[in-house]
Amino acid sequence: MQALNESGSFFLELFFSGLTRGSIYALIALGYTMVYGIIGLINFAHGEIYMIGAFVGLTVAGILSILQFNLIAILVLAALFAMVYAAAYGYTIEKVAYKPLRGSTRLAPLISAIGMSMFLREYVILAQTPDFVSFPALTEGLFDLGAFSSMIQPTELVILIFSFLMMAGLFILIKKTKIGKAMRAISQDREMAMLLGVNSDRMISLTFMIGSALAAFGAILISAHVGQINYNIGFVVGIKAFTAAVLGGIGSIPGAALGGIILGLTESFATGYVSSDYEDVFAFGILVLILIFKPAGILGKSTTEKV
Amino acid sequence: MLKLVNVQSFYGKIQALKGINLELHEGEIVTLIGGNGAGKTTTLMSISGLVKPKFGEIIYRGQQIQTLNPDEIVKQGLVQVPEGRRIFPDFTILENLEMGAYLRNDKAGIKADMDYVFGLFPILKERIQQSAGTLSGGEQQMLAISRALMARPKLLLLDEPSLGLAPLIIKDIFNIIKQINKEHNTTIFLVEQNANQALQIADRAYVLENGEITLHDKASVLLNDESVKKAYLGMS
Repeated sequence: MQALNESGSFFLELFFSGLTRGSIYALIALGYTMVYGIIGLINFAHGEIYMIGAFVGLTVAGILSILQFNLIAILVLAALFAMVYAAAYGYTIEKVAYKPLRGSTRLAPLISAIGMSMFLREYVILAQTPDFVSFPALTEGLFDLGAFSSMIQPTELVILIFSFLMMAGLFILIKKTKIGKAMRAISQDREMAMLLGVNSDRMISLTFMIGSALAAFGAILISAHVGQINYNIGFVVGIKAFTAAVLGGIGSIPGAALGGIILGLTESFATGYVSSDYEDVFAFGILVLILIFKPAGILGKSTTEKV
Repeated sequence: MLKLVNVQSFYGKIQALKGINLELHEGEIVTLIGGNGAGKTTTLMSISGLVKPKFGEIIYRGQQIQTLNPDEIVKQGLVQVPEGRRIFPDFTILENLEMGAYLRNDKAGIKADMDYVFGLFPILKERIQQSAGTLSGGEQQMLAISRALMARPKLLLLDEPSLGLAPLIIKDIFNIIKQINKEHNTTIFLVEQNANQALQIADRAYVLENGEITLHDKASVLLNDESVKKAYLGMS
């Protein structure tokens, strides 16, 4: 009985930690999938936006804690600044690295994206540091979980709640608002949307800004949970989030959310029941399986070839 | 109302329009006929701002518009139904129509216009929640025209509305085009390969060959013109 209880609570612990991880993958995967949906580009610099968001949050939190702000205010302002800053980066990257290449070959913006990713990483190494720096535990005291604390940590619960709120907000934006409808129209037929009065350049910029802000938001939450950051965190998470987006069906917004959750749970259970060494084997193994049996991803449409 | 002066447009290095001159007056139906590759679609895309002319001027109500972006041109009331209808397949009929009214905020007016297009094409109302990708070609054309009407066009640009449709449906569509022109005094610029039908409803016509206007006159005159008959009406 005791053993069963233990294995049960171990299962729940893995489940919640997987869900937490997955919701962060999902937040970042949304950025990949939105950009792909609207201009058919894999924005490889997206992970670096996430990383820069973390550094901005760290800087803001540092300044505010010297000024003796309380923890909630620091958290809110750090997240806000990081999101605005990241949105500005997303906007600029699109204008500098992708827009001039619109209408050229498909490979050109992809290479530009990889270049942008490398540039941003090197830039942070030079401007900040190549080492790990510790990130304040901004979200630790937000909830008192009492008896449940063996299953889920307070910092994880914060990630879960806020990333789901953010995703819900995005779904409403995409499904219910005029802006969302314009974005979906562009992803189906950009020229036609323009012929009906949609300013496609503005919508593309907006897409980059929203995706970037979501990534930065995720970066603050996860950094406060993990407790340290460096220039490379975006690369690792970026690859995973990209995998999640492909898993769910790139271009599909619910697909990105679903893909992220599946990937997070897979990794968590693999770590718990097999070994943390096999985490990536399972993560990418499931990707291979999905791609074999459903090449367009779980919720992806197999018929559309975006150009 | 709209005037093209020596408009020259290029696709890469290929010159698609070699100096087009034409003029539309308020309330007219004008047709532009010509064969494949004559430059008909390029002419419309140049007017709509998706292709930027390299030389020449496009003047709408006294203002040059050839440098404006497509959305700014739509704002002025120039709305195009492009070749191949290009309805949004993942949207429902209702959502497609709402996209047509993208630049408008007058809820009552949008509602009234929606009722108007449902009057023209009752079938769209029956299938309002149906995904547009499942419609037949004729229904898609009806939706594409309706969607453009939702933008309250002052000048409606139609690119081959008859393409790929059955003769009976073509007749319906052309009758409706005429009806829209009469009821709303909407100026219509109709680009067609189906010269016979187009000339029958048009007031005036231009003939486009190899990126140049080779002929223009009253539609009724061109309908009886020997060279037009031979080249475009399948008669000799």
